[in-house]
Amino acid sequence: MATQKLILGLKQKAKGLRKDILSVIYNAQSGHPGGSLSAIDVLVGLYYYKLKIDPKNPLWNDRDRFILSKGHCSPAIYVVLADKGYFQKSELDGYRKIGRMLQGHPELNTPGIDFAGGALGQGICFALGIAFACRLDKKNCNVYAMIGDGESQEGAVWEASMAAAFHKIDNLVVILDKNQVQQTGKVKDVMDIGNAAMKWKAFGWNVIEINGHDMSQIIKALDKASKMKNKKPTIIISNTIKGKGVSFMELNHKFHGKAPNDEEYKKAIDEIENIDVKKFK
Amino acid sequence: MEQQKAATRDGYGKALLELGKRNPNVVALDADLSDSTRSEYFSKQFPERFFSMGIAEQNMIGAAAGLAFSGKIPYASTFAIFSERAYEFVRNVVSRNKLNVKIAGSHAGIFTGEDGKSAQAIEDIAAYRALPNMVVLQPCDAVECEKMVFALADYKGPSYMRMHRNPVPAIHGQDYKFEIGKGEILKSGKDAVIFATGSLVHESLKAADILEKENVKVYVVNIHTIKPLDKNLVIELAKKTNCVVTAEDHNVIGGLGSAVAEVLGENYPCKMKMIGMQDRYGESGKPDELYKKYGLDAESIAEEAMKFVSKR
Repeated sequence: MATQKLILGLKQKAKGLRKDILSVIYNAQSGHPGGSLSAIDVLVGLYYYKLKIDPKNPLWNDRDRFILSKGHCSPAIYVVLADKGYFQKSELDGYRKIGRMLQGHPELNTPGIDFAGGALGQGICFALGIAFACRLDKKNCNVYAMIGDGESQEGAVWEASMAAAFHKIDNLVVILDKNQVQQTGKVKDVMDIGNAAMKWKAFGWNVIEINGHDMSQIIKALDKASKMKNKKPTIIISNTIKGKGVSFMELNHKFHGKAPNDEEYKKAIDEIENIDVKKFK
Repeated sequence: MEQQKAATRDGYGKALLELGKRNPNVVALDADLSDSTRSEYFSKQFPERFFSMGIAEQNMIGAAAGLAFSGKIPYASTFAIFSERAYEFVRNVVSRNKLNVKIAGSHAGIFTGEDGKSAQAIEDIAAYRALPNMVVLQPCDAVECEKMVFALADYKGPSYMRMHRNPVPAIHGQDYKFEIGKGEILKSGKDAVIFATGSLVHESLKAADILEKENVKVYVVNIHTIKPLDKNLVIELAKKTNCVVTAEDHNVIGGLGSAVAEVLGENYPCKMKMIGMQDRYGESGKPDELYKKYGLDAESIAEEAMKFVSKR
């Protein structure tokens, strides 16, 4: 059972990483803050609580895999990996800069990265292939993949969804970071994905629905999903807010792929510093 | 003497099955065409290592990449044309990451015949050749296809193998030694060289026989590896003959002819005759009828080569 102390620690961690995300994007003057901020609480739940990983041995054979299908949210995973010690924190200064390791979208040569994202709808297919391989090898590990709600407009997401259920894959956990906003507006206005829970259920998946900013719900859902071995894949529908934690970025598609200027950065950091983690969700 | 005929896809199925017996890491995926691509031979013997992906090529390529990332050796097959549905997956998931995925596209070219335009891929070589890290192969007979499947198992990296639906005469025996990247001189000559690939290798050999009766002696070279192209051989034979013909069942834009032209343009500029689909689609019909109509049969190749040689 997760203790209050553990949850508070994770929330504190997410608060610190929110600042790191903004610093990385501000420093590069390029990147995607909105989706990084919506995803970070679940990433903290995964990397600081759930995943069976070893930062000293990133390619450890029996590790849990994490696939960031929405690769534009690279700042979120980079700050986590740097904090976990997969690479030097100084690498974050080189984000999106020529000749440096941390590319705009993740590449496989970065320690801890298990999928080179950037083109939507591909990570879940890749994750399915890894899940096939892990099952063939009888590995005791899970494959986690995070997709977006805008991303769910890609047909390949549903190809993978259908195939995972058909092949009775139960070592795959997909997390839908349902942050409601995509590049040009609200998901419901650009191309409504409708009732996601019903759709995934109809495709033959176990469906868990949570508030993706509420750490106690996150870890409960991750625990449940990781133990679901009923010959069905599992999806956690993580209801989130794009830009969560910075008032003027929240649900604002203008901050899908735009770096904050000096003034915005200062204000954003200020707001995050004032987050009361006990109440945050 | 009538030579023994077999389709390159038959070689694929046979070799994949054999490979499955030899190497437990070999897996196969197909998009509801396993009877046509012959991957069903493997699926029947190794059902746990075969993944039926349904009519969903993007997911097939993405999953194949995930399998390769996990140390498996995936062979993903479908029609050449439908593999193109997943082109951006091949680009962003496979070739960008140098993952060890072997894509096999059957029913390539107008040789596919009766199914018509929709099934006749004539742009796949151009498309896959443009991707960094990709190896692009096309066997000219079933034996060469078998050898290719085995060679690919030892090669680590992304590849595209192009196969034909219909039978072609056997050019190689089982003792044939295949090497990725090495052109194969099947016939020596002096007046011209025909660089051919796939089904047009046999047509070019027949064309060479026709030309020989007219006292024109041509080299016939089997270019089974379109990328990386055997540049040295191309330059050497261009220098020897100063008369270069290319022959392929593919659009003349971006295929073997273009690959040869790229090499010669930089190293030994000379006039070329590019035989292939002249930037148009095919139609339904019998393969031999189509080859005659679109100028890909032995007689047409001989005629074009003759005109080209005489002009010099």
